[in-house]
Amino acid sequence: MLQYIGKRLLQLIPVLLGMTFIVFMIIRAIPGNPAQVILGQQASPEAVASLEAKLGLDQPWYTQYFEFLAGILTGDLGESLRTRAPVAQEIWPYLAATIELAVFAMIIAVIVGVNAGIISAWFQNSWFDYAAMVIALVGVSMPIFWLGLMEQWIFGIELNMLPTTGREEVRNPVAAITGLYVVDTIIQGRFDQLGEVLKHLVLPGIALATIPMAIIARMTRSSMLEVMRSDFVRTARSKGQRMSLVVYKHALKNAIIPVLTVIGLQMGILLGGAILTETIFGWPGIGRYIYDAIGFRDYPVIQSGILVVAFIFVMINLLVDILYSVVDPRIKYD
Amino acid sequence: MKKGKLWTLAVLLIVSMVLAACQSGNGGEAGTEGDKAGESGGESKTLVFGRGGDSVSLDPSRVTDGESMKVAANIFETLINFGEQDTTLQPGLAKEWEASEDGLTYTLELEEGVKFHDGTDFNAEAVVKNFERWANGDADTFPYYQSMFGGFKGDEGHVIESVTAEGDHTVVFTLKRPQAPFLKNLAMTMFGIGSPEAFEADAEAFGEKPVGTGPFKFVEWKRNDSITVEKNEDYWKEGLPKLDRVVFRSIPDNGARLNALITGDIDLADGINPSDQATISGDDNLQLFERPSLNIGYLGMTVTREPFGDKLVRQAFNHAIDKQAIIDAFFEGAAEMAKNPIPPSIPAFNDSIEGYEYDPEKAKELLAEAGYPDGFEMELWAMPVPRPYMPDGAKVAEVIQKNLADIGVTAEIVSYEWATYLEKASKGEADAFLLGWTGDNGDADNFIYALLDGDNIGSNNYTYYDNDELHDILIEAQTEVDEDKRNELYAKAQEIIHEDAPWVPLAHSTPLLAGSADITGFKAHPTGSDILSNVDFN
Repeated sequence: MLQYIGKRLLQLIPVLLGMTFIVFMIIRAIPGNPAQVILGQQASPEAVASLEAKLGLDQPWYTQYFEFLAGILTGDLGESLRTRAPVAQEIWPYLAATIELAVFAMIIAVIVGVNAGIISAWFQNSWFDYAAMVIALVGVSMPIFWLGLMEQWIFGIELNMLPTTGREEVRNPVAAITGLYVVDTIIQGRFDQLGEVLKHLVLPGIALATIPMAIIARMTRSSMLEVMRSDFVRTARSKGQRMSLVVYKHALKNAIIPVLTVIGLQMGILLGGAILTETIFGWPGIGRYIYDAIGFRDYPVIQSGILVVAFIFVMINLLVDILYSVVDPRIKYD
Repeated sequence: MKKGKLWTLAVLLIVSMVLAACQSGNGGEAGTEGDKAGESGGESKTLVFGRGGDSVSLDPSRVTDGESMKVAANIFETLINFGEQDTTLQPGLAKEWEASEDGLTYTLELEEGVKFHDGTDFNAEAVVKNFERWANGDADTFPYYQSMFGGFKGDEGHVIESVTAEGDHTVVFTLKRPQAPFLKNLAMTMFGIGSPEAFEADAEAFGEKPVGTGPFKFVEWKRNDSITVEKNEDYWKEGLPKLDRVVFRSIPDNGARLNALITGDIDLADGINPSDQATISGDDNLQLFERPSLNIGYLGMTVTREPFGDKLVRQAFNHAIDKQAIIDAFFEGAAEMAKNPIPPSIPAFNDSIEGYEYDPEKAKELLAEAGYPDGFEMELWAMPVPRPYMPDGAKVAEVIQKNLADIGVTAEIVSYEWATYLEKASKGEADAFLLGWTGDNGDADNFIYALLDGDNIGSNNYTYYDNDELHDILIEAQTEVDEDKRNELYAKAQEIIHEDAPWVPLAHSTPLLAGSADITGFKAHPTGSDILSNVDFN
């Protein structure tokens, strides 16, 4: 097992290296000049040129690329051109905000998605099955932008139940320790703030959960349908076991592998692809951090930000692969 | 069975979390109200100001973006202030000032007894140290200093010869040559006076932990989320500020920001879409604020690209475009039709100029005269982002496209991502493009010279328009200290521009803000730097 993990980790190197290279080339291929953006519209061409030299942007691309790689090896993700702060230091609060939201969304997506899939499969071709699958279809095709604004309108404005934007009640701010506000408020025993933080998670969490929820539901349903036709399930049912027992103990265990794959992939996507949700809900996450950096041509932030997200993405996939053997002991990695 | 228990536990946990959230939901609402009216006994007043983006740095001299200025204007103070809602000169940290006849020496008398937030004294020495810090910098560190004062120490273009302290409360600026907008430049937020002790101790950290003399002190910055400032208890102006705390929150989406205002998550919202005016006026809990216009939205024509090298074609475009229709449809009336490159609020505005009338027939005649009786094909560039001076570039472009079709010109609308758009346009790659400008200091030079002089081709003169006569006038005006003579020069400059018509000036918009109905004392400033010391809750 350890050998397998080691091998997989080694395989990550070319993947991440290729990724950095592609990102590096793409952001330099698009027009726009970071020096000009930093100095503003009033800057003279000479000032722009001198800043370019200072930032090393006048160097040939391969020099810049190798400097970037050398930096990464020493744990240096570069310095934001815009804020002048080290990316490695700046990135964590954004990442924490996104992780918190993504995990919350994934919990919703898994609980609702897996159970909807199971029920749909159990009562195949029932009204519930049809309804759930239609909702799932709508869910995967839902424009997040529209959904987000509708949520704000219904739960924020009409029902006045939930806050529409941000992570916390700013009039009663959370003192950040880890950057994960749910954790921070629990550590500090501020349960009034914990309630606020959870409330702020609900609307963006639902918006973000919609697509993975639908995908998970469909995957669970098809996987369960297959398993439920198998002999051991029929045996279990004919023995007269309770439905819940049959489903959760026998069937789900055998059906969960493809679902796990989907959950892993979706989790990765949530971490990197929450830009729209973050924009609508004013969520200070990593998606917006990188997106804003593109607008400002803040090369180090774009490069390193994407690298960090990609790294997490592949690590989650590795974790999922390892989980396979935990869930299904027949899968061995030696 | 173990796993079943785990699942049950997980579900229970989630349900209890959601319940807890809803519970505190009801309690929270009351809490919010309580905070506004007064936390623990009716004292603390917090204003939450929602805006489109985060600040880049809180050291205003180091950045150029408006969102940084918006916060900095409340932490720092300038030697001279702008008027509450205009760009007239008012006393700031300097209570009075005097310019010498030749315009080369300015003597400023400073307020006494003012302290920085760190407890150190504000005095003439501190002012000198601030200017020394900037003059010894470079374009990378202090970009605006270079633009406004012509360079840095040792540069030929640098306007400031010396800044000296005479006693504790008198500062003397000596200039190398007269600079007409000198005092206006001093009033810009970027030249707010910071505590020398703080920036000398750690120049890099100053932008994260700013120390000024302003009505509010910096408390906390959660990037891309919120910046919190609190009342400066020792503020030198009696009875101010009235608020205890201000939180600047970034909510990028205009619709979401309005939603947050309606639900009470925020108290004041910048960047209101003109189309949302009706929603706000119809809501008794809200009020609308207008930011006096200090901007211009225009259609630029790149004169180096055929057929826009021909003045007649450019004039034809000026007659062809129905500005009023654009203003009615997309600015919802919250704009004034433009005829000059500067807004009417600037004293140098030449009102005697007659704007080009909407007259497609006349436009066709001019095109025929220029040798294009059957029109031509061109690209029309539409801004991809909303800006106060151009709320919806794509829609405005569609109207212009239709107007041009009426005179036989086929315009294809194109757009690029914003930084790309600016870069390509500045290289002269657009035939005609939508763009605009918001003034920094309310001076004509900051519009006409910056946007239409040959010196600024490649930076802000996107049209590549270059007229020697105009250039001479603009340079003369920069050093002319007699206000009347200076205005005459700009009047002439506007005539030349009107005749040459490198732009179709479209509109001077009135940017809108909205706030909860109980806000008092809020005055939106034309430069976008709103000082909140007079703001209160009713």
